[in-house]
Amino acid sequence: MTYRARVTGAFLAAVLSTTAFNGAFAADDTIKVGILHSLSGTMAISETTLKDAMLMLIDEQNKKGGLLGKKLEAVVVDPASDWPLFAEKARELVSVDKVSAVFGCWTSVSRKSVLPVFEELNSILFYPVQYEGEESQRNVFYTGAAPNQQAIPAVDYLMENEEVERWVLAGTDYVYPRTTNKILEAYLIAKGVKPEDIMINYTPFGHSDWQTIVSDIKKFGSAGKKTAVVSTINGDANVPFYKELGNQGIKAEDIPVVAFSVGEEELAGLDTGPLVGHLAAWNYFQSVDNPANAEFIKTWKAYTKNDKRVTNDPMEAHYIGFNMWLKAVEKAGTTDTDAVLDAMIGVSVPNLSGGYSTMMPNHHITKPVLIGEIQGDGQFETVWETPGLVVGDEWSDYLPDSKDLISDWRAPMSCGNFNVATGKCGGKGS
Amino acid sequence: MYRIFQTLLIALCLFTAIPGGLRAEEGLRDLVNALGEAKLSNMDEHIAALAKTGDAKVVPVLEALGEGMLYARKADNQVFLTKESGSNLTLTDPVTGESAGEAPKAAFSKIKVNNGVRRAVRTALGSLTLLSPDRNQRLKAAQSVLQSPNADALGAIENALAAEKDAEVRALLERARATTLLISDRPVDEKKEAVQVLKQSGGREALSILSTALNSADETLRPDIEAALAGIEQTQALWAAGQNVWYGLSLGSVLLLAAIGLAITFGVMGIINMAHGEMVMLGAYTTFMVQEILRNSFPGLFDWSLAIALPLAFLVTGAVGMAMERGVIRFLYGRPLETLLATWGISLILQQSVRSIFGPTNREVGNPSWMSGAFELGGLTITWNRLWIILFALAVFAALLFLLKKTPMGLQMRAVTQNRRMASSMGIRTPWVDALTFALGSGIAGMAGVALSQIDNVSPNLGQGYIIDSFMVVVFGGVGNLWGTLVGAFSLGILNKFLEPYAGAVLGKILVLVLIILFIQKRPRGLFALKGRAVEA
Amino acid sequence: MITSFLIRSLDRTIVIAVAILLALAVLVPALNLLTSADHPLHVPTYLVSLFGKYLTYALLALALDLVWGFCGILSLGHAAFFALGGYAMGMYLMRQIGARGSYGNPLLPDFMVFLNWKELPWFWYGFDMFWFAALMVIVVPGLIAFVFGWFAFRSRVNGVYLSIITQAMTYALLLAFFRNDMGFGGNNGLTDFKDILGFNIQADGTRGALFAASALALAASLVITSGIVRSKFGKVLVALRDAESRTRFLGYRVEHMKLFAFTVSAMMAGVAGALYVPQVGIINPGEFEPGNSIEVVIWTAVGGRGTLVGPIIGAILVNGGKSIFTAAFPEFWLFALGGLFVLVTLFLPKGVVGTALQYVSRRRAYREARNHKDAGLPAAEPLAAE
Repeated sequence: MTYRARVTGAFLAAVLSTTAFNGAFAADDTIKVGILHSLSGTMAISETTLKDAMLMLIDEQNKKGGLLGKKLEAVVVDPASDWPLFAEKARELVSVDKVSAVFGCWTSVSRKSVLPVFEELNSILFYPVQYEGEESQRNVFYTGAAPNQQAIPAVDYLMENEEVERWVLAGTDYVYPRTTNKILEAYLIAKGVKPEDIMINYTPFGHSDWQTIVSDIKKFGSAGKKTAVVSTINGDANVPFYKELGNQGIKAEDIPVVAFSVGEEELAGLDTGPLVGHLAAWNYFQSVDNPANAEFIKTWKAYTKNDKRVTNDPMEAHYIGFNMWLKAVEKAGTTDTDAVLDAMIGVSVPNLSGGYSTMMPNHHITKPVLIGEIQGDGQFETVWETPGLVVGDEWSDYLPDSKDLISDWRAPMSCGNFNVATGKCGGKGS
Repeated sequence: MYRIFQTLLIALCLFTAIPGGLRAEEGLRDLVNALGEAKLSNMDEHIAALAKTGDAKVVPVLEALGEGMLYARKADNQVFLTKESGSNLTLTDPVTGESAGEAPKAAFSKIKVNNGVRRAVRTALGSLTLLSPDRNQRLKAAQSVLQSPNADALGAIENALAAEKDAEVRALLERARATTLLISDRPVDEKKEAVQVLKQSGGREALSILSTALNSADETLRPDIEAALAGIEQTQALWAAGQNVWYGLSLGSVLLLAAIGLAITFGVMGIINMAHGEMVMLGAYTTFMVQEILRNSFPGLFDWSLAIALPLAFLVTGAVGMAMERGVIRFLYGRPLETLLATWGISLILQQSVRSIFGPTNREVGNPSWMSGAFELGGLTITWNRLWIILFALAVFAALLFLLKKTPMGLQMRAVTQNRRMASSMGIRTPWVDALTFALGSGIAGMAGVALSQIDNVSPNLGQGYIIDSFMVVVFGGVGNLWGTLVGAFSLGILNKFLEPYAGAVLGKILVLVLIILFIQKRPRGLFALKGRAVEA
Repeated sequence: MITSFLIRSLDRTIVIAVAILLALAVLVPALNLLTSADHPLHVPTYLVSLFGKYLTYALLALALDLVWGFCGILSLGHAAFFALGGYAMGMYLMRQIGARGSYGNPLLPDFMVFLNWKELPWFWYGFDMFWFAALMVIVVPGLIAFVFGWFAFRSRVNGVYLSIITQAMTYALLLAFFRNDMGFGGNNGLTDFKDILGFNIQADGTRGALFAASALALAASLVITSGIVRSKFGKVLVALRDAESRTRFLGYRVEHMKLFAFTVSAMMAGVAGALYVPQVGIINPGEFEPGNSIEVVIWTAVGGRGTLVGPIIGAILVNGGKSIFTAAFPEFWLFALGGLFVLVTLFLPKGVVGTALQYVSRRRAYREARNHKDAGLPAAEPLAAE
């Protein structure tokens, strides 16, 4: 038997077995939960942690006796940071593995890629990452922050507490930074900032040579007005960016940088000494001091058997999403999609920053917004937080085409893009 | 005798000093303890109050506050200077400066600081330490009063200036005085002089100070400031071109480092080595390992970490390269395109192995102190790490050139790659030379990884980011020619950096790629083409 | 003349392959649509689109085989043509959404609305018509390949230099399409398609039809490439692959022939991309990733370079493996895939199909030799086939 024969044999066997599986013998004694996070490729750096977090949550839940008297079973697949593969794997999870809900995706494009699949097969996706908004889909629950739960409070903070008058909006060239910056630009101008006091800069993914841009920022900041940088720079490019900031001597006291995509996990790859005082806006920090969070961190460190592992905001989003799903399933008494979708709205569970988060009818959740400063040990210290919870606003009020839209998935309306001006579902309708 | 005298003296001091001293101490203690109850919003008032005492004991307290090492005891709101030791805090009394033992962290709450507080601390410390006997402390103080000017400190600065002997500190103080003067209520004539002082010092800093001043200047002063600003901007524009060349050189050196190993494995040996980027990555991870061990066991040696990592990275990646060559590539000589497939497979395996062993997230590689920060050279800002990387890239290049051109080993390598059979019949052990050449190329890639770990992410994807650029550089320069790689790397680097300000980072890169494609049409064998029979082989 | 072209193209392997493809084109959609879900022969919809995707990959690999296997042009940028074809189709599908997008704008796709675009860029006009989009699927990749090839072959850029500049081309396109200012949706690309030619894109029937179309396109391309390769022109192609200078000295215009093959191949890749997009439901700049083009080379090599059928099998094998391994061993599948590439290059240098053909012909020669011996005739050289 040649090598070739063995390979083809294995392949055929596997195809046959997946086909056979499809004969709907989904095991009845477990409830399956799909985990759709890249374990290889460029996004593995962020997403692998979420896979581990989900496995831990499922493990913990099983120790507490599972759900509806059944054990939970995690089905892990690797979409390999390849967006069409996300769609394929999502389809496989739902139609072959028969999972009851999927927790996954990180980038906007991966979410966009799987949306039609969840819609077609009527299953549930929990999406745990801060994103650009402008979307509300029946089958998706957005547990990360919408722009109004992250970007706008951060800008408010800088305006009030640091008296910033000049703004650099620096981002990676993709949808999230583009939209966030569009919203921020409109917001700043509405607040009376002059257009010449706003500098917008986009860089490609994984940009590693920041010399020119950092020196431009320095130059922009030497116009005699207090300047701040609002960074929507994506994962990989942050480390060289911050290294260059540190080396060119941009101190937080002079030009603070507030970031929306830099969390504890990203800082773990950096010597944060020169970065103390730069800011980040999230809905959760590992340093938040309360018993629920302490317990979570302890479990996480024990689960990963690594005392140095950090927790971050998207992990908290999964924590919230997972608990909401558990509660909704218990409420509905079944994992049937339609019943769970109905039961989800209004479900309220404790979050890790010391309060409760509620699922709103627009499939976004309520969250506190925290502004933290980077510390020398790679953690954030909360220097400001919103007095109450902020409801995720799916359709931004600062974009001309979306300000009339709302979303409400409760029974009579059941619409993701209801236009309050025309009173019709389906966008602008003109 | 001496001892008796000393005791007497101390007793005397105590006797006379206690009542007044105690009172002052208690006042200070109250001020310090008040920090523990202050809010972030009114912290600057408390700091100013502390600074006003002018007491030297305030300096360590404020320093600790800025570093976030000031804690308040929950039980009685006593504030202490602290040092972390495990889950305990080592306490120091802020007023007496005496040790106050150790206590568990949980019994204390940290006094929160933010940028505003740090700024206030910087200002306060600046005027407090202007007259310090330590030169470095004065230098730092002068810098802080320059960065956060405060009109009240003008008198203190002038006093310090009168007493100052050190030229560097003096220069800084002059500028600080001018800056502070501009925001004070001194007469316009003095302000005009101050503007001239700032104009002379030039640079971005002066630009920033003058622009700030312009916003609040009255009509008589305005033209002076505007003229000064225009003058500085003009010189800045001239320097900007120089700065671009520098950025280009620095980008070029990164490209050179990434490509130079490939110039051996691909350029000289003809192996389309897709696992080249992973060799760079392995070098970076070696640096991480070295730093990790140093951090845990020999923290004093941290500044030497790169020097230790370099030979190790060379050996580790060289060994991996040797294994690759012996295990896979040697069966593929004469089938260059198939080396592409095999090495691509190997690169997947190496990436995933690193991911399994070290995890998918970034690992922290620190900059040794001599690679941090920047210095000014005329109007250029030159960061130390970039400077060292340029020098390192050139050194590696020179060493490699020497090895290939001047040593018997290099002679054999060139012989084997030019005409394998002939070399073999001359008694050269070609398989051995092949293995060594490949190991050399890989080892150099590993050393590049040590340097790149200083400016980039250390993650399993590190290599992927460099592989395409490396191939471009080698092909652009001309396959098989080391000088071509050198010239190619630097010219692509500079070209990129000159396009970037006009076209933006993305379009700039696209333009460079298009130019490479067009250039290859003009010179199908790169910048420095090999001539003669070697071409057809 | 066309008949003779067709007949010439049909040797036995090709005939079998084409027959299998035609059978699949009918059987798979039929088994999906006509049998109930618990029928033993039922093909679930999930597998229909999965295999449809493999078939488009196979077509891409076949296109590469034409230039690499028969012309010696190792293109490391073929996925670019695939993606361009995909974008052309994606733009058509985007325009079909019409007013059903989130914002209900009848003209502008969603991504343009929320980035505040006021009017449709000029290059989006015409894509609301299927025939125009279908034409662009072929014309755009063909034109780019033509211009690129015209410069490159005329300047006699070859070998690794050519490979690297094709890589530069796809990399430059990748960066360009990532730019949101380009008007192609940036990193998110084009998604959320509703229907194609009036049929709901998520319906089982449409999926079946797309699968059949992919199988037919692959079969047709197989016939065409096989025709090209077996024609006189094809023989000269092989000659120039093996000794370019000599062919040139014999008076052939080598650059024209290369240009022809390269352009045809790019058009085929474009068609593959156009069929791929409606089946996976998204097209984004990730498809231009240089790594993707290298993967195409690997499929071709695994199957067997220069065998036409080989690349098809290679593409299906590697991608099937990827589908299975990413689910079965999500943490370790890269080891399996990487190991596969190394092992294939080491032990099956001619690829799966190449090795099989070699084995068959060797067996045949051996059997003939034995027959000859039995008959008392002098033995033929068993390895003469090589």
